[in-house]
Amino acid sequence: MRPRPLPSGTDLPVLLPAADRLARRAAEERRLALPRVTLDARWGAAILVTVLLSAAAAQAQSAPGQESVLATIWKWTPLVGQGFLLNIAISVVAMTCGTLLGVLLGLAQISLLAPVRAGSWFLTQFFRNAPWLVLLFYCIFMLPYRVTIAGEVIEIPNWLRATLGLTLPVMANVSEIVRGAVQSLAKGQWEAAESLAFSRGQTLRMVILPQCLKRMLPPWMNLYAILIMSTPLASIVGVEEAMTLARGALNAERRGDLLIPVYGLLLLAFFVYCYPIARATRWLERRAQVRI
Amino acid sequence: MRDPARGEAPLVSIRDAHKRFGDVEVLKGVSLEVAKGEAICIIGPSGSGKSTLLRCINALVPLDAGTITVSGIEVTDPKLDKIVLRRRVGMVFQQYNLFPHRTALQNVMMAPVHVLRQDRREVEQRARELLRKVRLEGKEGAYPGELSGGQQQRVAIARSLCMQPEVMLFDEVTAALDPETVKEVLVTIRELAEEGMTCLLVTHEMGFAREVADHVYFTDRGVIVEHAPPAELFSAPRDPRTREFLGRIL
Repeated sequence: MRPRPLPSGTDLPVLLPAADRLARRAAEERRLALPRVTLDARWGAAILVTVLLSAAAAQAQSAPGQESVLATIWKWTPLVGQGFLLNIAISVVAMTCGTLLGVLLGLAQISLLAPVRAGSWFLTQFFRNAPWLVLLFYCIFMLPYRVTIAGEVIEIPNWLRATLGLTLPVMANVSEIVRGAVQSLAKGQWEAAESLAFSRGQTLRMVILPQCLKRMLPPWMNLYAILIMSTPLASIVGVEEAMTLARGALNAERRGDLLIPVYGLLLLAFFVYCYPIARATRWLERRAQVRI
Repeated sequence: MRDPARGEAPLVSIRDAHKRFGDVEVLKGVSLEVAKGEAICIIGPSGSGKSTLLRCINALVPLDAGTITVSGIEVTDPKLDKIVLRRRVGMVFQQYNLFPHRTALQNVMMAPVHVLRQDRREVEQRARELLRKVRLEGKEGAYPGELSGGQQQRVAIARSLCMQPEVMLFDEVTAALDPETVKEVLVTIRELAEEGMTCLLVTHEMGFAREVADHVYFTDRGVIVEHAPPAELFSAPRDPRTREFLGRIL
C-alpha cells in the first residue's frame, strides 16, 4: 500500500509522522498569523465621501464671518503632512531594523544547537505575543533619554525610542515568517543539497533561502501594512507624528465640527499609503499560490 | 558480469546495520557488500527499510548500531566528515529534488563549483557533456518546472554524476514517473551501470533489476531475506516470503 500523499511531499514512510506533525503545525500557524490587511477600494471611497459630507455639514453650521472649513483644513495640511512623513520614517526604520534582526532570530530558531533554538524561540514568542503598546511604553520610559559616548552627550529623541519599541514586535514577526518559510519547504531540498556535499550554511544560502524569498514576501508586506497603521500608537507617548499634530490642530481651532473631517482625512492618508501595498501583496499571493 | 567474491575489498560494505525510528525498528541487522563496478538492486515491499538503508550509506540518516564503510571511509565513525563522504557518493531521489530556482545547467554545476571549488569553465564543459549524455541537449537553460518528470530525473542523475562520485545510490527513481517516461530514465541508468559505475538501486521495476543487476537483495521487515544473482532469485526464490512477494508483483 502506498502511503497517502501529504502536503509535506515526503514518501519515506518513516518520516510520515513528522510530516503529519509539520503539516498540522503549518495549518495552525496560518490560523494564528497576523490579521491580513485586505483593503478594498470601496472603503477608500466611503472614507472620502464621509470627509466631504462632514466638511459640508461643518460648513453649513459655521457662523457667518468664520474662516471656511476648506481654508482651515488647508491651513493645517502641511503640518499634519509633515507628521505623516514622520509616521512613514518610523515605519521604514522599524521595518528595516526589525527585518535584519528578525532574519537572524529566525535563522537561530532553526539552529542545530538546542539552546540557541530554545532561546530564540522564547524571544520570538515573547515579543510576538506582547501588546505593541506595552513594548512601546517600555522603550519610551525605560530607555535613557541621552547617552554619553566618549564624553559626547547624545540625545535620543522620543521618536527614535518609539521606533525601537515598534522594531521589537516586527523582529519577532519576521522571525516567525523566516522560520515558517524555511520549514514549509519540502524536506527533499535539504536532502538533495546534503547529498551533494553542501554544508548547512551553503544549503541555507544557495538552496533554501532563495526559494523562501518568494514565500516570505507577501507576509512581510502584510506586516509592513500593519506596522504603518500602528505608528499612531506613538502619539500616546508624545511623539509628534500625524495623529498628535491633527489633535493639536483641532485644539487650536476649538471647533468640534472639524473632528470628523480632520480625522477622516488622516484615515484617508493611511488608506492611500497602504492600499497599493495591500493590492501588491494580494497579487503576489495569488501568483505564488501561497497564503499567509 | 563480475564476481563479487573475487577477494578484492568491497567498495561499500554494510555490517549488521540497525536503525529504529521511535517504536519502529526499520533495520534489524542488515549486511551487504558491493564490489567496485557492481550494480545491485534492493527489492522488497514498502516499509521494509530499503530507502532508509540507502540514506544510511551517505549519512543522511545515522545508524543506531552496526558499521558502514564506503571506499575506506568509516560512515559510522562519530568524527566522520560528511562532506568528504558525500563527495564520493551520489544520490538520486524519487521526487527528483532539483533546485527549482536554478536552470538545469546550474543545477548540475552548483555542487562542483561551490563544494569542490573546481574551475567554473571546466565544470560547465563537464555539465554540458553530462546533459548531452542523458539526452537533454538543448534543455540547459530550462527550469525544472518546465521539464517533464523523466527529464527532471535525468537532470538529477547528471547533477549527481557531475560530482564524479564513486558510488551512485538510486532511491526508487522511477516510482513517481509516468509509465512512458520510466524507460528513458532506466536507459540512462543502464548505460551508467554498463560503463562500470558502482550502483545501488532501490527499485520496484523487476524487469529492470533482472536485466541490470549483478546481484539482487530481497528485504522484508528490516532484514535481508535472501540475495542472489537475478537469474537465480527471480526464477528460483528459496524463501517463501520472496516467493510470495514476487508472485504478487510479477
